[in-house]
Amino acid sequence: MSANPLLKVTNLTLRLANGGSLIEGVGFSINAGEIVGIVGESGSGKTLTARAIFSLTPPSIQRTEGSILFEGKEVTQLTPSGLRNLRGARIGMVFQEPMSSLDPSMAIGEQLDEGLALHTRLKTAQRRMRMVEMLTRVSIQDPVSALGAYPHHFSGGMRQRIMLASAMLLHPALLIADEPTTALDAIVQKDVLELMVDLTRQYKTAVLLISHDLPMVARYTDRTIVMHRGRIVEQNTTPELIRVPVEAYTRKLLASMPHRGPVRATSKAPLIEVRNLRVDYPGRGSLFRVRAPKQALKNVDLTINRGEVVALVGGSGSGKTTLGRTIIGLIDPDEGRVLFEGLPTARGSDGWKRYRTECQMVFQDPASSLDPRMTVGALVEEALLSMQNITRATRRERVRETLQEVGLTDALADRYPHELSGGQRQRVAIARAVIRRPALIVADEPVSALDVTVRAQILELFSSLQAQYEFSCLFISHDLGVVEQIADRVVVMRDGEIVEAGERNQIFDKPAHAYTRQLLDAVPRLPNGLAGVTRADLRAVS
Amino acid sequence: MKTIKLNAAIGASVTGLVVLAALVALVWTPYDPLSIGFTDRLAAPSWVHWLGTDEFGRDVLSRLMAAASTSLRISILTVMTAVLLGTIVGVAAGYVRGWTDRILMACNNALLAFPGILLALGLLSIAGANERGIVVALGLAYAPSVARIVRGSVMSLREMDYVAASRIMGNSEFFIIRRHILPNCVAPLIVLATSMFGWAILAESALSFLGLGVPPPAPTWGNMLAASRPFIAHAFWLALFPGLCISLTLLSINLLGDALRDHLDPRMRGA
Repeated sequence: MSANPLLKVTNLTLRLANGGSLIEGVGFSINAGEIVGIVGESGSGKTLTARAIFSLTPPSIQRTEGSILFEGKEVTQLTPSGLRNLRGARIGMVFQEPMSSLDPSMAIGEQLDEGLALHTRLKTAQRRMRMVEMLTRVSIQDPVSALGAYPHHFSGGMRQRIMLASAMLLHPALLIADEPTTALDAIVQKDVLELMVDLTRQYKTAVLLISHDLPMVARYTDRTIVMHRGRIVEQNTTPELIRVPVEAYTRKLLASMPHRGPVRATSKAPLIEVRNLRVDYPGRGSLFRVRAPKQALKNVDLTINRGEVVALVGGSGSGKTTLGRTIIGLIDPDEGRVLFEGLPTARGSDGWKRYRTECQMVFQDPASSLDPRMTVGALVEEALLSMQNITRATRRERVRETLQEVGLTDALADRYPHELSGGQRQRVAIARAVIRRPALIVADEPVSALDVTVRAQILELFSSLQAQYEFSCLFISHDLGVVEQIADRVVVMRDGEIVEAGERNQIFDKPAHAYTRQLLDAVPRLPNGLAGVTRADLRAVS
Repeated sequence: MKTIKLNAAIGASVTGLVVLAALVALVWTPYDPLSIGFTDRLAAPSWVHWLGTDEFGRDVLSRLMAAASTSLRISILTVMTAVLLGTIVGVAAGYVRGWTDRILMACNNALLAFPGILLALGLLSIAGANERGIVVALGLAYAPSVARIVRGSVMSLREMDYVAASRIMGNSEFFIIRRHILPNCVAPLIVLATSMFGWAILAESALSFLGLGVPPPAPTWGNMLAASRPFIAHAFWLALFPGLCISLTLLSINLLGDALRDHLDPRMRGA
């Protein structure tokens, strides 16, 4: 570390008005041109720390101690106008949601111009030239007309490039990127991050990259800071931190990273056969014209064997959720059919009734898949209500057993979903799905909304239940790490079509289709065989 | 929470007082609200007549109490009619969608296009100016806004994952509506129903004011207020007390409604 770092935070402590501590004694420094990552789970205080650098913390939060030195100036002593000169001009920021960080009613040019007009004395024409240059630099096609376009004309990835351009226009000394690519697909994420690294290197801008995604931070940063519950647990150069993690929490984080599961012998008896499935979404069109329907699924064929976990991967808009919902019977196909044990499952047919009781679903967001007005016990019991010949007492007993199986205590049965943590909620959703002993579970991104350590626990629970009850599973996910851990077979989708399907090891080791290779390449992964991190570290108390 | 919620406490106590007065008035009032006494015409508030007397020498307090029971009864029945009708239409339109939705909402919007009070006036001229007529007219006039709110909630609720989950469990549509859709509509409905309760009191007063409400000599807050007009310069109490009754009741009911909504939503509890 050089003698005069660009940013030096010492002993930063943030408290709520009632004394509740949010950040305790956080200290770190960033040198000019360096890329530093802050990794932590939700609630670890990583975003607050970044906001404190700008003095952008909410009014209910007080800084009780600590100093923040930026380019030799004490930020905490600055006047409001001094702070404004700093924000945007010397420190830029890229937020997580490109949807909400760009004003939808302002043209791109106006938004980019705001900072330039405020912080520079350039003439209008000069500012315009600079904007066009920067938009070209972030690979926006036709940058001149982009200046007049509005945010909704651009995809999420493009919007994030525009955000990046607007932050970099003033050549700040420090760029703070808070989960800049969390809302984006893997391939887009890689493009945006590589662009960010390139661009900041060119202007010698230091970057503070905040993320929950340890492999991503490991791939792009020089130094990594691990935060947990408002404190810095460990900081080191990134390769060292990965190679020799010291603290228990860091080891737990690393152990929570998905790893390839064993190859299992699975049955070859088909349970679900999807034949030639086509689903259309009606075209929106304009006021007077009907547009041709959009094909969400095009001639999809898929087989799920008994007791097999089939993963469905692909970017957003690839049709994987539509396929899952069609298989489960929430969407009626426009063509083709879904066979269950060889019988058609069209609504109202003989096969339908049996099929309905034999397949269940776990949704991505347990906050919206659990009725907020029902207790945990009632939610799980609901799955049994449509069964005949079962007494109330038996139902209650089975609910109790199932809750125990998914690791929830009896005391939680009377709680409401909002009183549970995200992980507990997803356990309830899993309990509700397995209580009927279904033959098939469709799981749509079941662990995407969870923190990494919780994700590892839920995946473990899911695998053990799957091994115990031998249900088949269609596991929909964009997270290839998770897929590598849990799947027997992998199906890759793009634009409503299946581009590749095969055994897990074959897909991950010898991908045949270019899209699969691109997808695998985009996902940051930690080196295999991490020294000294074992499964035992997963259970370390946090 | 240990600290008392001030708004809820004020709302509950004033509403309670009004309800109590209305109940007491059913069996006892200080004077007969209808008995005319020419000796005490337009008497100012005193120990004999706490809130004074009107131009016919009738005791204002007794009339206010009697009017409270009439007004509350009419409002409650009106709100119940509107909520029942509106919920049925709203759930049918929002859950079934398609043509059912289009036809129901076309009728609904046509009704919404009339100002509530105008619609009620029209209906009253058909149904006749009596209590039942007022309830039916106001109930029909307010049902469309309930239907709108319910339809909106139902449309967003039916797309929730827990509704899909329930369907996957093999539960029938009626079961889903009863178990998931209706309970989650309650919070916006409570808020709407409480403010509607206020409107109904106001509308009933307005109708009485216009002479289309409960026919005199039976007292309501509205016709008392209407009758006070010629005397407002030298008998302020004739206008002041019915007016206070109307506004305080509205205010307290709204306070209570907000508190009820917070309480009924499990997510707000203990937050």
